[in-house]
Parts: sequence; C-alpha cells; structure tokens
Amino acid sequence: MSLLQAQDVCVSLSGRPVLQTVSVAAHGGEFIAVIGPNGAGKSTLLTVLAGLLAPGRGTVHLDGRALSGYAPRELARQRAYLPQNPRCDWPLPVERVVALGLTPGLPAFGGFPPADQARIDTALQACDLYSRRQQSVTTLSGGELARTMLARALVGDPAILIVDEPIAGLDPRHALDAMRRLARLAHEEQRLVIAAVHDLTLALRYATRVWALSDGCLLADGPPATTLTAELLRELFDVAACVSGTGTSAYVDYA
Amino acid sequence: MRRSWRRPVLFAVAGLLLLVVMSLLVGRVALPANTLMTLWRSDADPLAVLIITELRLPRTVLALLVGAALGLSGAVLQGLTRNPLAEPGLLGVSSGAALGAVIAIHTGLALIWPLATPLLGLAGAFGAALLTLTLGRGEGVLVLILAGSAVSGVMFAGTALALNLAPNPYAAYEISMWLMGSLADRSWDHVWLVAPFLLAGLLVLAGTGRALDALSLGEQQATSLGINLRSLRLQVLLGTALAVGAATAVAGAIGFIGLLAPHWVRPWVGHEPRRVLWPATVAGAALLLAADIGTRLLPFAQELKLGVLTVLVGTPFFVSLLLRLRRSAP
Repeated sequence: MSLLQAQDVCVSLSGRPVLQTVSVAAHGGEFIAVIGPNGAGKSTLLTVLAGLLAPGRGTVHLDGRALSGYAPRELARQRAYLPQNPRCDWPLPVERVVALGLTPGLPAFGGFPPADQARIDTALQACDLYSRRQQSVTTLSGGELARTMLARALVGDPAILIVDEPIAGLDPRHALDAMRRLARLAHEEQRLVIAAVHDLTLALRYATRVWALSDGCLLADGPPATTLTAELLRELFDVAACVSGTGTSAYVDYA
Repeated sequence: MRRSWRRPVLFAVAGLLLLVVMSLLVGRVALPANTLMTLWRSDADPLAVLIITELRLPRTVLALLVGAALGLSGAVLQGLTRNPLAEPGLLGVSSGAALGAVIAIHTGLALIWPLATPLLGLAGAFGAALLTLTLGRGEGVLVLILAGSAVSGVMFAGTALALNLAPNPYAAYEISMWLMGSLADRSWDHVWLVAPFLLAGLLVLAGTGRALDALSLGEQQATSLGINLRSLRLQVLLGTALAVGAATAVAGAIGFIGLLAPHWVRPWVGHEPRRVLWPATVAGAALLLAADIGTRLLPFAQELKLGVLTVLVGTPFFVSLLLRLRRSAP
C-alpha cells in the first residue's frame, strides 16, 4: 500500500506564490477530493504530488523515498496522472489512445504484448467505450474524450491515480459512473485516488477525504461529512450553501 | 492485423525493386533490360558495366539513402511537434549543411578536392545542430523549434552572403546549381563518406517511436508516462543532424520529400507516430529515387535538378493537403 507525503510544499509560478507551505499525506485506500475555487492551486498541487513539478521548497515522498529520486519510468509504473482537459493531437482510434497508458511497461521497440489487449478491453468496458474503440478520438464529444482519457489513466492499473477534474463535461450518468469507479478503486483495490472536483455533491458522497485549498493554502483536511460544512463553503467559494442528507444520498445545495 | 499489412509491404518491396532496376537502366545512355542479366558474364559490354557499377549504382544507393533520411526525419519531426506540416529542415540542420557545402564551393576547396563539399556540409550540419541545442535549452519542444528556425535563418543568410560575395560568376553559378539539389555525378566515395552518418542517424531516429506515441497526448501526459522529454529532444536533434545533415551535404537541398512521405503512408498505417516511421522511410526512399529517375527521363537539354523536380511535384500535393486539413478541421 503506497504512502504519499508532501511536507511544507511551496511553489511559485512566474514570481506569484501558488502553493504556500502545504503539507498533506495520503495512503492507498483513500479517495481524496481536492476542492477549492478557480486559481486556488489545486492543479499545481496535483502536478507536484504526481512528481511532474518540483516544488520550490518542501519535499514530496512516496513510500518514504523522495519523488525526485524516482526514475521517470519507475514512477510512471506506479502512478497515473491526468491533466485538466487532456487531448490527443493525432486522430488515433480510441483503443490506441487507451493503450498509450501502458507505455511505461513497454520495451522501446517491438510490438504489443497480446496480454495487454485484455487490459485495454477491460478499461474500455469500464468506461463504457467498448463500442467506440475503433472511432477516432478527434471525432468524439468532449465527454467521450474525457472518458477515453480516464480509461487511458486506468488501464495501467496504477497504485496511485491523480486526476485533474475527471468529471468535468460528463453527463450525470457518466459522472456518477466515474466517481463510483474511482471510489471502488480506492475501497476495493486499496489504490490511492486523488481527484480535483467541482461537483461538491459527488465529492460529499464518494470521497473518503477532502482537501480544501484556498489561495494556495490548505484550509481543511478531513472526511467530507464533517469537513464540507456550510461555513467552509462560504469561506472557500463565497456562496451560501446548505449541506443535507448522509451517505450516498447527501447533497450540497446553493441558496 | 497480420493480413492487413502483408499486402502493402509486398507492394512496397516490389515497387522499390522496380524503381532500382529502372534507375540502373535509365539515363543519358539508355541500357536494354538484359544488361543487368549479363552484367556478371565475361562477354558483357565493358562500357555498360562501367556505367552501371560506377555511375548509376552509387547514384541509386544515394537516392535511397537520402530519401530514407528525409522520409524518416520528416515523420519523426511531425511526431515531435505534433504538427503535420513539420519537415526535416525545421531544426536548422539542412540549412547548416547547405552553408557548409556552399563555403566549400565559395572558397574553391571543392575544385581541389570534390569530397570537400559533403565534408564541409556535414560540419555545417553539426555546427547548426549545436547552435540549435544551445539556443533551445530547456525542456519544451516549442523552444527547440524556435531555436531551429532562428538557426535556419542565420544559415540561409550566410548562404546568401556567400552567393553575394562570390569571387567570380562561375562560383556563383556553381553555388546556385548546388543549392538546387542533385545526385548527378556522385561516386562511391560520396556513398562511403556519408553512409555511416546517415545510417547512424536513421537508427537514432528509429528509436523515438514509443516516446512520439506518448507525446501525442501532449508534453505533460507524456512526461507522466515516463518519457524524458529532454533526452527525446536530444535524440531527435542528433538523429536529424546525422541523417539529414549527411543527406543535404551530399545531395543539396531537396524539399518536400520529408513533408510528403509521412502523409503519403498515413492512409495505410494510421496516424500513430511510431507506425508511420518505417513506412515513411521506405516511402521517402521510393519518392526520391522516382524523382531522380524523373530528372533523367525528362527531355530537357540540361538535366533537371532533383530539388527543382521534388518541389514542382511536391507543391500541388502540399496545397491539396492544406485544403484537406481545412476541410477536416472544425
């Protein structure tokens, strides 16, 4: 089971502080929803945790070893990362895009191991894309493309999955599907899932923990039921919200 | 899967063989087809044997090598930039090679020793690649491309300057003829000089496939998949300097083959960058050899220059490609 720890992380982008002494820790089995207003530093925190951006100050450790000490391929085999609005520049079939998620395990030359086809099919089915596997990604709708990319991230069966707004642009059914799948990955397979989300109701229902970011600072860190309160939401988003219900029927309503 | 590629491969091999045979027989002295059969016999026409082994064979080998270098580097650069309009000259290497060769002609070195032209061309290609690398420090692909176009500009200016300051009209004529690109009068010495660099470049470029595939998801996702962008950039630059540098050093500036070859094969092999690499290499070799045969067949008083023909034929294709891109873009 993996353990990801960030200690006093500070990041400045072109002179502007984006993250200020953020310390978080998470382990396999958790599904963490990162919430906060636009520009709060959510994406930056995710890229730092994914090892794609070295923090200006502070450290990030995976299983007690600094992320900077991992070879890129070694890290890539353990964690998958999906940026916001991922896209593909060539008109590749959906299936081939999903297959790219297996890149870290492939040799530099040669064909594709046949066993991998089964993994691709599983990921395609999980994201409800099997019937579209031969379609070119450039002809997909935004939501379908988002699901293709999620399948791309899931196909390698990573121990850590870091996704930036995976349900933006998905219809209610597929958004629910995606959140349930991420939750299942955490609960049943003990993976660590960290996702930036704006749908607070789904975060409330499916996440096991919430990190609330505001202006580059960690404002709250705890289970959604006790953390996502009307006061926190007012402080974060400057909205009057009301949090009701429990478990999978909980919801966040705005006045 | 297996069936679907067997036919195109057979087709490509047959086409390439046909082109090679044609290339050996066609020229100022047209040889009958049975010359190739009697080549090894003791009663073979010694002049025909000389023409084939000392003139047409090295020329054919060079056409295949140069075409392969242009086709593969075009495919790799289109993959690296994720832009279907990228071509081998993008990193400044070919204009560097041209400048080196032009300096050899300008200073008269080429007259003393014919191999000075390709040798200085190679030196120019590596000089340009080093300059591009220094200017384009960092991690991104865009900065490398910008550096490449800056270096290209400087090298072009240098070439123009050499032409401007040509010591005599004859040198200016020689320079402008060389710049048009040609494979005429190349010997085995030329082949032995550039082949090692060119083949090494092809090998270096061929190893980029997996990384280019991942890069179709953008730089950030490619990095997250374990691709080291810094070393990919270095690999592409080194491979291009070796392959395209050597190709330009020996044949001059030959446009459009590197742009055309990848597009020509995509309808068959799809858009995955890795799958385009080898087919584009073969297509580049075939296209350039066909173009070189064309220069020998066309009935002009003076042999048409190879670079002129490729651009003449390539431009309509380029325009049709742009129109198709416009239609398919939303």
